[in-house]
Amino acid sequence: MKAVVSVIGKDRTGIIAAVATKLAELKINIEDISQTIMQNNFVMIMLVDASGSAVPFDRIGEELTAATSSLGVTVHVQHEDLFNAMQRV
Amino acid sequence: MFTNSEIIETIDMLDNRHLDVRTVTVSLSLLDCIDGDPALCRKKVYDKITRVCARLVPVCESLSKRYGVEIVNKRIAVTPISIIGAACGDYIGLARTLDKAGKNLGVDFIGGYSALVQKSATAAEDDFLRTLPRALSETDIVCGSVNVASSKAGINLDAIGKLGEIIKDLSYRTRDNNSFGCGKLVVFCNAVDDNPFMAGAFTGLSEGESSVNVGVSGPGVVEYEIRKHPDHDITQICELIKRTAFKITRLGQLIGGEAAKELGLSAGIVDLSLAPTPAIGDSVARVLESIGLSSVGGCGTTCALALLNDAVKKGGVMAANRVGGLSGAFIPVSEDAGMIEAVRGGMLGLEKLEAMTAVCSVGLDMIAVPGDTPASVISAMIADECAIGMVNNKTTAVRVIPVYGKTVGEEADFGGLFGTAPIMRVSAADPSAFIARGGVIPPPIHANKN
Repeated sequence: MKAVVSVIGKDRTGIIAAVATKLAELKINIEDISQTIMQNNFVMIMLVDASGSAVPFDRIGEELTAATSSLGVTVHVQHEDLFNAMQRV
Repeated sequence: MFTNSEIIETIDMLDNRHLDVRTVTVSLSLLDCIDGDPALCRKKVYDKITRVCARLVPVCESLSKRYGVEIVNKRIAVTPISIIGAACGDYIGLARTLDKAGKNLGVDFIGGYSALVQKSATAAEDDFLRTLPRALSETDIVCGSVNVASSKAGINLDAIGKLGEIIKDLSYRTRDNNSFGCGKLVVFCNAVDDNPFMAGAFTGLSEGESSVNVGVSGPGVVEYEIRKHPDHDITQICELIKRTAFKITRLGQLIGGEAAKELGLSAGIVDLSLAPTPAIGDSVARVLESIGLSSVGGCGTTCALALLNDAVKKGGVMAANRVGGLSGAFIPVSEDAGMIEAVRGGMLGLEKLEAMTAVCSVGLDMIAVPGDTPASVISAMIADECAIGMVNNKTTAVRVIPVYGKTVGEEADFGGLFGTAPIMRVSAADPSAFIARGGVIPPPIHANKN
């Protein structure tokens, strides 16, 4: 089960480290990663494989939000089918 | 892999532009619950609803987290109770049963306290109609509807005459709550069998055992896209709306399909309607204004609404396996911040709203009128909408609320998604002799197509 993890907020040290550490803990593999600045926001996007995840899919978002709570960023974890549906004909 | 801008656009729509799934509605046939024994009929209805829909709310909550998409309402629509209760006659008991089953499941609304009397009413249906004020005032989440006209059958003026009285009665019975009981009753011309939206949802006789129908929302997304392009000509605006509607509908298709799979039910239709809420940035009126009107209600409004309604359908049809329900643009007054402002500012009146209903998805919706509006005027308002629907082969509806004790200049606050309705002026002319004639208006000549 693949998901898109997106992190949006003000750039600062430790954002990728916090997210990647938590993903490793949850046994979720990062397959692709990119980061950019869009509309003055730091934007990091990962494609991850959650097939071997230690927690149910529904809870991955909560876990990542808790892990990054001190960094002032917004984290979304969404099943890739959402983007397939809306962005592909 | 998706591009960053595709991902950010999707998240922006969901987080900042109020894109959501307005409703996941389970359509459920109760035909096998008919029984001459009232207690047995009630038990069969309760057991079937709570069995088939047991996991509706948890499944929707799980999907909501999986996709990061809010599912605003979970609803159930059943076979018209005028049919299910005809053998036992215990309509009020069945209304209470629906209320209890829905509340125990945690759903927001349960629709189908309905009757289809477009040509004529049976004795049982006449009995049923008389129970509407009690049923809708003594329950909380039960919604009702009556189809009183169709392009094939004509307009049942007898039923329309009764509904004026029923709406007045319901207004009085729920007077402590701004007559909100009337907000749970829709009077239709050309009602559809698979509508997922309340208050008019029911499971028509053409439907199967059960299915999952979905209604999407998203006027804020359309407005945002249009405002980004002040230099587009109107053809380009139509194209832009189509592209946006495609994406919005795809979201509905995804959620509907997954919900059906997880509930073990068949996937039904996606209703393409742009449904507003009173929240800022979630308004159909603002979409019309973004096309170039200073306020909804002025000249140009009907044309802008027509192009919006059509472009939404064209974009959505390709995005969904099956399109159904009402599909178009809703224009409920109290539920749309832009409509409310236009009425308050004197820019939008009933006459313009009526014209708009000729080109939008439904009709006069969530409109508050003075509490002392005569029943015959309400009936005549319904008759006018039925004429528009019948002649133009489209669904039209009236959900009008005569707010007991209030008049023009005052407002009725219904709370939550139902919003606030400024009381609107109604013509003082008297149509009572017209309504009192009764009978059935034959269908128009183009109904005879065979």
